[in-house]
Amino acid sequence: MTDEGVADIVYIEPLTVDVVSRIIERERPDGLLPTLGGQTGLNLAVDLADAGVLDKFNVRLLGTPLEAIRKAEDRELFRQLLTDIGEPWPESEIVTSVEGAHEVVKRIGLPLVIRPAYTLGGTGGGIAKTRDELEEIVTSGLAASPISQVLLERSLLGWKEIEYEVMRDGADTCITICNMENFDPMGIHTGDSIVVAPSQTLTDKEYQMLRTASLKIIRALGIEGGCNVQLALAPRREVVDWDAPVGEGDPPYFVIEVNPRVSRSSALASKATGYPIARVAAKIAVGGRLDEIPNVVTQKTTAAFEPALDYVVVKIPRWPFDKFPLGERLLGTQMKATGEVMAIDRTFEAAIQKAVRSLEQGGRSLLWEDPVWKTEELQKVKWAATDDRLWRLMAALRRNADPLDLAKKTGVDPWFIQKLARIVAMELRLLEEQLSPELLRDAKRMGFSDEQIGVLADELPERVRQRRLEMGIKPVYKMVDTCAAEFDAATPYFYSTYEEENEAPPVEGKKALVIGSGPIRIGQGIEFDYCSVHAVWALQEAGYRALIVNSNPETVSTDFDTSDRLYFEPLDEESVRDILDNETSESDDTPPPTIVQFGGQTAINLASPLHLAGMPILGSSAEAIDMAEDRRRFEEFLAKLGIPQPPGAAVTSVEDALKTAALIDYPVLVRPSYVLGGRAMEIVQNAEELKHYAAEAAEASRGHPILIDKYLEGREIEVDAVCDGEQVLIPGIMEHIERAGVHSGDSMAVYPPINLTDVEVNAIVDYTQRIGLAMNISGLMNIQYVIVPAGEASEVYVLEVNPRSSRTVPFISKVTNVPMVRLAAQVMLGRSLDAQGYAGGLQPQQKLVAVKAPAFSMSKLSGVDTYLGPEMKSTGEAMGVDKTFVPALAKALVSAELALPPQGAVLVSIADRYKEEAEPIIKRFAEAGFRLYATEGTAAMIEGLGLPVEQVTKRLREGHPNVVDVIRDGTVDGVINIPEGRMTGTLRDGFHFRRAAAEHRIPCFTSLDTARAVVDAQLAGDQAYTIQPLSAYLN
Amino acid sequence: MSETAHLVLEDGTTFTGRAFGAEVEATGEVVFTTAMTGYQEALTDPSFAGQILMMTYPLQGNYGVSDFDIESNRVQVRGFVVRESCDMPSHWRSTGTLHEYLASAGIPAIEGIDTRALTRKIRSAGVMMGAITQEEPETAIAKLREAQRYDGTDFVSEVTAPEPFSWDDPERKQYNIAVLDLGVKHNILRILRGLGSKTTVVPSMTSAKDILALKPDGIVMSPGPGDPALLDYAVATAKELVGKVPIFGICLGHQVLARMWGAKSYKLKFGHRGANHPVRDEATGRVTITAQNHGYAIDPDGLPSELEVSHVHLNDGTCEGLRHRELPILTIQYHSEASPGPRDDRYLFERFLGLVEEVRKP
Repeated sequence: MTDEGVADIVYIEPLTVDVVSRIIERERPDGLLPTLGGQTGLNLAVDLADAGVLDKFNVRLLGTPLEAIRKAEDRELFRQLLTDIGEPWPESEIVTSVEGAHEVVKRIGLPLVIRPAYTLGGTGGGIAKTRDELEEIVTSGLAASPISQVLLERSLLGWKEIEYEVMRDGADTCITICNMENFDPMGIHTGDSIVVAPSQTLTDKEYQMLRTASLKIIRALGIEGGCNVQLALAPRREVVDWDAPVGEGDPPYFVIEVNPRVSRSSALASKATGYPIARVAAKIAVGGRLDEIPNVVTQKTTAAFEPALDYVVVKIPRWPFDKFPLGERLLGTQMKATGEVMAIDRTFEAAIQKAVRSLEQGGRSLLWEDPVWKTEELQKVKWAATDDRLWRLMAALRRNADPLDLAKKTGVDPWFIQKLARIVAMELRLLEEQLSPELLRDAKRMGFSDEQIGVLADELPERVRQRRLEMGIKPVYKMVDTCAAEFDAATPYFYSTYEEENEAPPVEGKKALVIGSGPIRIGQGIEFDYCSVHAVWALQEAGYRALIVNSNPETVSTDFDTSDRLYFEPLDEESVRDILDNETSESDDTPPPTIVQFGGQTAINLASPLHLAGMPILGSSAEAIDMAEDRRRFEEFLAKLGIPQPPGAAVTSVEDALKTAALIDYPVLVRPSYVLGGRAMEIVQNAEELKHYAAEAAEASRGHPILIDKYLEGREIEVDAVCDGEQVLIPGIMEHIERAGVHSGDSMAVYPPINLTDVEVNAIVDYTQRIGLAMNISGLMNIQYVIVPAGEASEVYVLEVNPRSSRTVPFISKVTNVPMVRLAAQVMLGRSLDAQGYAGGLQPQQKLVAVKAPAFSMSKLSGVDTYLGPEMKSTGEAMGVDKTFVPALAKALVSAELALPPQGAVLVSIADRYKEEAEPIIKRFAEAGFRLYATEGTAAMIEGLGLPVEQVTKRLREGHPNVVDVIRDGTVDGVINIPEGRMTGTLRDGFHFRRAAAEHRIPCFTSLDTARAVVDAQLAGDQAYTIQPLSAYLN
Repeated sequence: MSETAHLVLEDGTTFTGRAFGAEVEATGEVVFTTAMTGYQEALTDPSFAGQILMMTYPLQGNYGVSDFDIESNRVQVRGFVVRESCDMPSHWRSTGTLHEYLASAGIPAIEGIDTRALTRKIRSAGVMMGAITQEEPETAIAKLREAQRYDGTDFVSEVTAPEPFSWDDPERKQYNIAVLDLGVKHNILRILRGLGSKTTVVPSMTSAKDILALKPDGIVMSPGPGDPALLDYAVATAKELVGKVPIFGICLGHQVLARMWGAKSYKLKFGHRGANHPVRDEATGRVTITAQNHGYAIDPDGLPSELEVSHVHLNDGTCEGLRHRELPILTIQYHSEASPGPRDDRYLFERFLGLVEEVRKP
């Protein structure tokens, strides 16, 4: 979105009132469209209006009137509005203090739902069943709410949760795009719920009653554009007469919440129906009417209609608990998922099984069971909502649990549980019966993968595939057309199913399939969708028809008008091969080539199976990819080139691990091979820790070896490059602010580098070029280096080579103005860099300075340690650009919510090992005017420096104020906590106050390098930002 | 229950799936509806008489069946076609499965076929006669060519009430409304009762004189099945009623009134059946989403000048309603009573009763 060309003028600047005011002053726009940028955009618009900026510059708020935003967002006003139009809302009270909350309990009783006002994804909310829980959640909720307000409401646990996506135009035409039913009942954030579209268990009367309520609400708010209405439906209450006056007895439903803007659910509804909600909302905002806006799907009708679905859509959230095994997995009103997958099929069973495959959790299907369940009695399983409840339900059904009993215990509608029971019944048939064509066909129609069938029927998956193809059992592809086939539509948007008629004959002409990147998860974010989309455009520019496959509804790549054909499918071997088979025309019998470089590790992992299946791959060969990813081959490769690498080895046993570590000496960096995002990667200080790690790593690495490397605590450098076999183009070099050991995805990165000598730059360029050529890279690669002092000079080591696009490709492309993905895609199609007008080597440096900072979701993930190490934890990133380093850094910090206020106090706690290094940094904080609070040892050190310091104890049971107190009561504005490392006392000690900082939403720095950068930015003071379009910064 | 069954079309197309419902054969015009909910309301909608109904939404029967969701006293379709029929419905008020319901009504059904392929077939070739059968497809197709045609049959006389009957709510009664039953849905009566009317439903052959003898404040000419060109008797009745009391013509009732004013009717290629049809009210410019179920439409050319087209279908521009410039008469081509479908157009009943109110004022 921040690419030049997406809009007429693009600014990459912090989303603050101050900055946006300056942009408005500069550009003098006629209108401001605040409803498409989520809660952030909406809040900013309100703030701009409150600050008088909109009035001053005569900017009209488009789409949703300010009044409507206030009415929808402010609980009190919203309740009044609902009362005025006769819509029922659950009894509730707004409080601004814990004491107030206790008063409410006296009236409404417990359990209560706590919802803070004006927060993203319900941050800081929860359900309290006891007074202690109430106190805790209300406190964090008040802190999370920018207006220090929380709502306590009657708990509707067990009610059905239903959502409607509604649109309205200036002529008061109102339509619903889609309704959605949550598999999980009320009480679980809809972002954390499995969701189906359309609703499955609602009668027409229920459906229409809630639809009518939703339309009434959008009318009452006067929204011109899109809006999302969440409702709770009583599972057992009669809805016969639609005119039943509300107010007598308990109503059959309650209105829960309204988002007066397009939301995450709108994106899902768009993909689920094919109706482009955001596009239509934008047109309405500038005065378009629904009956005038053409329906781009049918190209015959208009946008004024309601999509009819003839398939089932299932969305499953993607949670980060594979990365955070110690995180609290209980789901509630606070969203924890980082992403989601969607699947489409003609039955619920097939759709949910495809969605599970799309999650990409280590090949986990619905057959997966946690080994500990085998030893537990399933009767005793707690049915609280957790991320793995779906699998628990399956496990219980396999052990003959009664579906109705499970429904009662979980609040999940029996309809869903019965469907799961049908899947279990099919598992049993596959276990017991001969694999006849009928059985195989029935299993495929229920969404069983070849691999699942193989496991159950004791066959190799490849053999299952061969057999079914011999029997003529292959998927057909049906169109998502918004109209259930009533009209001849033109959307190239398809899903697979096992039925008769195929609507997707092979695309004609030169074509290639781009593999997308699947659900957004830690380590594989939206950056890879950026790359996939750019690859599609590059293919089209080169005269190819671009096909894309992806499973993520939140992406641009799954917009039906991005590619020439979209397959909404899981990104696994089976579905990609089926797609390639479908795209192979009978006449020439050659499958189209596949591009695996842009979809992150998901796509690159498909290189080898596709290659083995004889499918052509564009760009770097499966061989080159294997060379980079196989530890032993890679080591030999670098040795041959004479390029240094930290010593290490790949091992498969604990004994070998200990032997290797002893040889190369501690500390060592350990990780499983073949994974992305530094999963389960750690720095290990001694043999004891190593033994512990090796045992844990077994699960994560699934048979692949564990890699052990010497940990070099140096400066980390990252390079992305395009290679065409002749030349290697390096747009720029990025230097990390944090030393090696903090995952590159969690580090701040600076372009151009600020501390590199010419010798070091030359070494990096030389190594990059030689590696690219020798590895025979065709397309993109990413290399990470570490530089460690060696006597007077320094030595550059290669940490890793990724033969694919990386997280930093969008960043470096934007700041260097080198269209990396386009160049790489063209290279893969055979056009050299030279022919594209680009020379090899390091490109001339831009005058700007750009800083990339990680963004975290730590406040939402209780139980997760925020300490940064080699395991990636961030869920997003922000970028700051300016003419010089300090303002660029300051912008990045502000955007990533890592900035400290200009004045205030910080809490400091530093392990002995780092105290000396910390001294100058602490001095600078004092110099910048910060009051210092410190734990016992650190306080002594600070006193030794002659600086005033307030000592607070880190022993939580030994008096007050302790470290957590000063965070909770707002005494300190930030925390600097530098622990020693894993499993040492300092890491454990700090956990509570790092969590407290996360929950109180104040920055907590766990690397001295970050702290140094922050204080530098702070000391540079209120140095004025430059505010100008991105293009103005470029040479 | 998993007997093989076929759906055959008169052009020879065959779909093979599993039988459910009653183990009998059925022939009828094969039509589809894109409404995603409300299968029981659809099954009992008299406008589907003589037809084999296919739902484009693949999963049907999810919430079972109940006495609350019926729109007439029996299942009206000839046969039912779905991708998947749910055997384990879930709704607290459900009294049985779709299979049991159809079986006891004597209506055959088929599931497991590629209903989307069937929809595409009908949308491009137009509606046609078909059969649900467990015989060999060839035999069934041969028999089908002999079967009674949908187009030439007056289904109104099959579905209309044999005797008059009344719905009343004595406590709220304000208006006395007569309903000429061409295939009325209960929800029309429910809404009118909710708005304070006593409704008296009279059979389709009832004379204008007998209707006027009820001293109605207004008359509803109801929806119903089939070709309006076959209903000269209803047109004749309408002629005698017009100008005497306010009239509200819904769907087939609208077509009968339009014919009376001289408009011609014609058959649509595959009809309008669903719950997502956008209709613009020409007076306000506002679009509402309507429930529709009709295979014929009215050509408004040739209507006299005192009539104007009040509602237009956004997708194909067909006439969706008429307003009389002088007389208290309004007609609509779609189902303002919904059930199944959206309730956006309930305002039309209020508008009609408004006309009634105006006329009653001395």
